[in-house]
Amino acid sequence: MAQKRIAKEYSELQKKPLEGMKISLPSEADMHQWQILIDGPKGSPYEGGVFTLHLSLPTEYPFKPPTLSFKTKIYHPNVTNDDKGSMCLGMLRADEWKPSSKIDAVLSFAKALLLEPQADDAVEGGIAREYKENKKEFVKNAKAWTKQYAKR
Amino acid sequence: MDSDDEFMSGLSDDGFEQAHDSDDGSMADDEEFDEDAGFSQDKDLKPGKKAYEVDFKVFSPKDIQSHQDKQIDEVSAILGQPSEATAILLRHLRWNKERLIETYMERPESVLETAGLGPESVQTPTTKVIKGFTCEICCEDTPGLETYALKCGHRYCVDCYRQYLAQKIKDEGEAARIQCPTSGCNRIVDSKSLDMLVAAELKSRYQVLLTRTYVDDKDNLKWCPAPNCEYAIECGVKKRELNRIVPTVACACEHRFCFGCTLHDHQPAPCSLVKQWLKKCEDDSETANWISANTKECPKCSSTIEKNGGCNHMTCRKCKHEFCWMCMGLWSEHGTSWYNCNRFEERSGLDGRDAQAKSRQSLERYLHYYNRYANHEQSAKLDKDLASKTNVKMKSLASTSGMSWIEVEFLKTASQTLQTCRQTLKWTYAFAYYLQRNNLTEIFEDNQKDFEMAVESLSEMFEKPTQELAALKVDMMDKTSYCNKRRVILLDDTAQNLKTGEWKFNVDITMGP
Repeated sequence: MAQKRIAKEYSELQKKPLEGMKISLPSEADMHQWQILIDGPKGSPYEGGVFTLHLSLPTEYPFKPPTLSFKTKIYHPNVTNDDKGSMCLGMLRADEWKPSSKIDAVLSFAKALLLEPQADDAVEGGIAREYKENKKEFVKNAKAWTKQYAKR
Repeated sequence: MDSDDEFMSGLSDDGFEQAHDSDDGSMADDEEFDEDAGFSQDKDLKPGKKAYEVDFKVFSPKDIQSHQDKQIDEVSAILGQPSEATAILLRHLRWNKERLIETYMERPESVLETAGLGPESVQTPTTKVIKGFTCEICCEDTPGLETYALKCGHRYCVDCYRQYLAQKIKDEGEAARIQCPTSGCNRIVDSKSLDMLVAAELKSRYQVLLTRTYVDDKDNLKWCPAPNCEYAIECGVKKRELNRIVPTVACACEHRFCFGCTLHDHQPAPCSLVKQWLKKCEDDSETANWISANTKECPKCSSTIEKNGGCNHMTCRKCKHEFCWMCMGLWSEHGTSWYNCNRFEERSGLDGRDAQAKSRQSLERYLHYYNRYANHEQSAKLDKDLASKTNVKMKSLASTSGMSWIEVEFLKTASQTLQTCRQTLKWTYAFAYYLQRNNLTEIFEDNQKDFEMAVESLSEMFEKPTQELAALKVDMMDKTSYCNKRRVILLDDTAQNLKTGEWKFNVDITMGP
């Protein structure tokens, strides 16, 4: 059941790719693991960088939400600053996910988050505080990390 | 107005069958349940009602169901909404009838909208086969696919709907708040739709979960915490009253627990004291207390040292520093006068001694109460083991003495009394630990002493070999009723003073919000 839907979503995204994103399957045999390359959006401190994300679709998909994680280190209030780079908010949370939600919405959501972090729903409290209280410093740090880790 | 109270009274007068009741029964006086005098003087003076007793009712799962249905019917008639929608509205407003009616009368559309009952675009929902349909969830487009949509009109194939509902109910334990699978649509899946779609096994699970939210949502209802017990208790005691009353209730399954914190019966100690006491007993702070009372630190390297011999001449194992245990000064300065330590009265030495004495005193005080508390807990366990043997004893006594089964019932009564009394005694020690000393404390301790003596002598009788029990029957029955009497006296006295705020505690007993 899930196969058909995943295949459809994948081919649709290949036909009509989202702006600034490249999607591929690390292993052709496994439709449940996607790799996404996302360009740092213009006007954000991530501009000029390219970030690798991993999208994992559970076997219960679309009844359970996919998990999205940053493989490239990123300075962001909503992404854990560890080797997992995981995110857990909004539609990605089990109780907010609906089976009719689509992956393109998930990816657009991630991109929107790069443009505008949600500091009130943060996983990295320190970065969130800096974002709210000292935006200048935050932008400086985020830019520095982008330069260091997300080089093209 | 506190709508809780209002609602409470609404509950008690619809009078459906009650499974069980507290000693003196009726909830009738709850109609005059006053906001600030939950337990008014008049109520205390009611004959037969002791100060430590509270009114409560026990509800079986069936009672809860019919109670729910009754509320739904009632509100459904007032709002002119079908009962399905009414149920959703009531759950949405956590069963606050008055608030629902009030807000519905003011602005029905917005209430319906937020409860997930937005404008309807389709009539009576049924499953349908629609030509050229593709399910948005599984992308299936086989002709003849059964589909279903809630009143919002968002249509999916029945298989997807089923899987969606199964996951919500089984995996997530969700019932009252399952929404339409469409992102952004907050339409609630009503139980009629659910009935149509899912298997019988899931339906019953769904009903259980719905009933659970009914009890969980209401402050005056609580589940009996005993394992596998399905009953709920209704009691009107509010959280803010818990520093004045200890609301012990008894379920139909015989489990006695506190309605305030759902822990095992802990009369006479109020919930907040129980919480503090348990935390204290659990904490390692007492270990630290022991260390500070029994050890000193090497003045040079700060290693912790326990004195294990009589001599005051200490040599630190670690750094080889030599010092006097008495004054903590350098041993070399003592010369030969160590036995008459002339630095003993020095200021620094005095302070050190004071601090140590204080710590030792507080430790001893704690241990005094703790040991007695723990002893009753332990004894209750032993008594319980004995109780499991009571049946055997009863049988053997019935056969050896020629007494009938009814005649040996006194053993069971004695065993139950022992359990209850030990439980109470145990908590009298935690209670006493937090009491400031005054005249009331003296009376309390006298009561405690009488009560404890009675219990211990009953416990002793209970342990006698079976062949002696027949001769002890009358004594034992007397002792049992005496124990009960002493327990009532103690609990009544403590509860009375708790209500009137006479007790002076050495900690704050007001519960947090």
